[in-house]
Amino acid sequence: MTIMSGAQILIECWKREGVEVVFGYPGAATVEIHHHLETSGIRFILTRHEQAAVHAAEGYARATGRPGVVLVTSGPGATNTITGLAGANMDSVPVLVFSGQVARMLIGNDAFQEVDIVGVSRPVTKHNYLVMSTEELATTVKEAFYVATSGRPGAVLVDLPKDVIGGETEFSYPKKVILPSYQPHLTPHPRQVAKAVALLGKAERPIIYAGGGVISSGASEELLKIAELLEIPVTTTLMGLGGFPGTHPLFLGMLGMHGLYRANKATQNADLILAVGARFDDRVTGALGKFAQKATIVHIDVDTTSIHKILDVDVPLVADARQALAAIVNLLGPLPKYPRETRARWFAEIAAWNAEHPLSYNQDPEGPILPQTVVDVLYRETQGKAVIVTEVGQHQMWAAQYYLCDRPRQFISSGGLGVMGFGLPAALGVLVARPEITVIDIAGDGSILMNIQELATVAQENLPVKVAILNNGCLGMVRQWQELFYEKRYAATMLRATPDFVKLAEAFGIRGFVATEPSEVTPVIREALSHPGPSVMDFRTRTEELVFPMVPAGKAIDEMLLP
Amino acid sequence: MEKNPDRPRRHTLAILVDNRPGVLARVTTLISGRGFNIDSLSVAATMDPLVSLITLIITGSPKIISQIIKQLRKLINVIKVTDLSELDYVERQLIMVRVRAEDPLNRAEIMRLREIFRAKIIDVSLKSFTLEITGGSDKISAALGLLAEFGIEEQVSTGLTAMTRSSQSRSGGK
Repeated sequence: MTIMSGAQILIECWKREGVEVVFGYPGAATVEIHHHLETSGIRFILTRHEQAAVHAAEGYARATGRPGVVLVTSGPGATNTITGLAGANMDSVPVLVFSGQVARMLIGNDAFQEVDIVGVSRPVTKHNYLVMSTEELATTVKEAFYVATSGRPGAVLVDLPKDVIGGETEFSYPKKVILPSYQPHLTPHPRQVAKAVALLGKAERPIIYAGGGVISSGASEELLKIAELLEIPVTTTLMGLGGFPGTHPLFLGMLGMHGLYRANKATQNADLILAVGARFDDRVTGALGKFAQKATIVHIDVDTTSIHKILDVDVPLVADARQALAAIVNLLGPLPKYPRETRARWFAEIAAWNAEHPLSYNQDPEGPILPQTVVDVLYRETQGKAVIVTEVGQHQMWAAQYYLCDRPRQFISSGGLGVMGFGLPAALGVLVARPEITVIDIAGDGSILMNIQELATVAQENLPVKVAILNNGCLGMVRQWQELFYEKRYAATMLRATPDFVKLAEAFGIRGFVATEPSEVTPVIREALSHPGPSVMDFRTRTEELVFPMVPAGKAIDEMLLP
Repeated sequence: MEKNPDRPRRHTLAILVDNRPGVLARVTTLISGRGFNIDSLSVAATMDPLVSLITLIITGSPKIISQIIKQLRKLINVIKVTDLSELDYVERQLIMVRVRAEDPLNRAEIMRLREIFRAKIIDVSLKSFTLEITGGSDKISAALGLLAEFGIEEQVSTGLTAMTRSSQSRSGGK
């Protein structure tokens, strides 16, 4: 047994958990941890804002499936992580924030840089801890990693008083977590699996509606197997993109508010919906009373509270998505019976919907650049192989519609919370994890400014992020609502003082490119992609361009506005 | 037969939790975060010093109550949640009430009521009696209704606490 300080114990625990990278920002309450971290062999990425550290950790976690780790100081350092925690938690991404705290005797005294961060972060984390002795530090860290990564993964915060970090004790790392009150239910109930299989075998117009749970549980292979075995078309949520190959003939595209016409039509006309790792978010269902009225619904989710939360389903199946789908594959056998003869009719119907309103745009070679063109060219020039990270807004929807992702963990976007400013830091987190791949942050000129300071992190670490700004001079998604539903009164949405992004990039020591004509899009993308370091591309796109299809608030998802 | 199964009803939830700082806050944050009001709350240690029992009364439709119960079960420090309203159980609450008692006739009548409700007089003055009453919510509200005739000067109450009858077990998972 060795006597170690709290700081050393924390770092040792991280090593035992396989942590290779920590994102964060130092301060008085964590200086001792940084002192030891420097020589520990764990890489520390100094972001330029704590919020960005959490997004970077989320990007890292979503690219790898391993937990992302953040270290910040007390007070403002800790409160700056709240948006990141809330976003990661809502999108079920394992992220751990370790925050410094004032010494125990000062807690509650309004000490310098003191905030009750456990109280503040309680509703936006899966769980959180205030470590009140050096002796309980190792057990708490072990438990925190277990909670963050198991069941429905989520965000966890561990608050570390300065004297707990400074204290000394014997170090021993617990082998396993003893937590009788927390037992995630992972194995599917055979009776529910049998019910699901029976329904799948009878359905004439089935669809699979897949969400982020498919990606976090690693269920893509099983999903593909079921879809191909039974010839079932698949639609995904924003979070589920890449969970099923985007170029697969059975793929319908994303559903919901900006879903594809055929995907929404197929959902509304399906007789069976196999929902897996998705939670019937309001952006997916539209008017709930009119959602998928003809369908029997099987709902697979690891989180009991997701089931029957929004709508009553016919066959609930509480389990890990991969295990549940594997059990279904198993029971189906190699040659399952299903009404093959009806499939041709179902596919013909879907094809007719697609022919009626395909996803399309019309780039005038003499007119302004259309944002869809940029995404299309990015797709072509990267052979569809780049990891796409986005900010939040119109550009996010165009990225989701036009960049077809074939692999899980290829599309990384802030889904549930919709955090503008997520993309750039998340993209750098992805590159820290996977330096060998092309990572593109598809951004808007509004969102990118929310964490623009991260260009400094990108420059310092020489992370070759490719930022593609669809610069339309406005906050496009809100402007779109104003154009369609608020009498074209563009209140607070016109960005009249957007910076020169080329100069801005250069100020950070990064290459900047600008394209103002459609003919410049391809050369700019080629040059930016072939440049070995990070680059920023500023595409001056058409301000008035709207995202279609669009389901207006309060409408059913097949009541879409179309171009 | 229940006429309207979606009608909001009062539910008594027995919630066994880890006896640790902040656990009550987790439970109440969860409920307030969804916009619901807690009608009554009581917390105390159990026979096991590591475990506390929270008895919580909340009104809601079956769908909302079932969602709240599932959310509570999801909390890491929650060991077990039982909806006692679905079982046979006994509940008790303690109230202290100061009643105006200047008129000798009223004083005699209050003493009679005290006997009927098996209440205790815990403070006396020339102008008032203070009574301690324990019982289920029906008894408490009946007593308060009668005492109100004399004029209630002040009234305080504990939360309700509850227990299943011996024939029942707190069934179900977490």
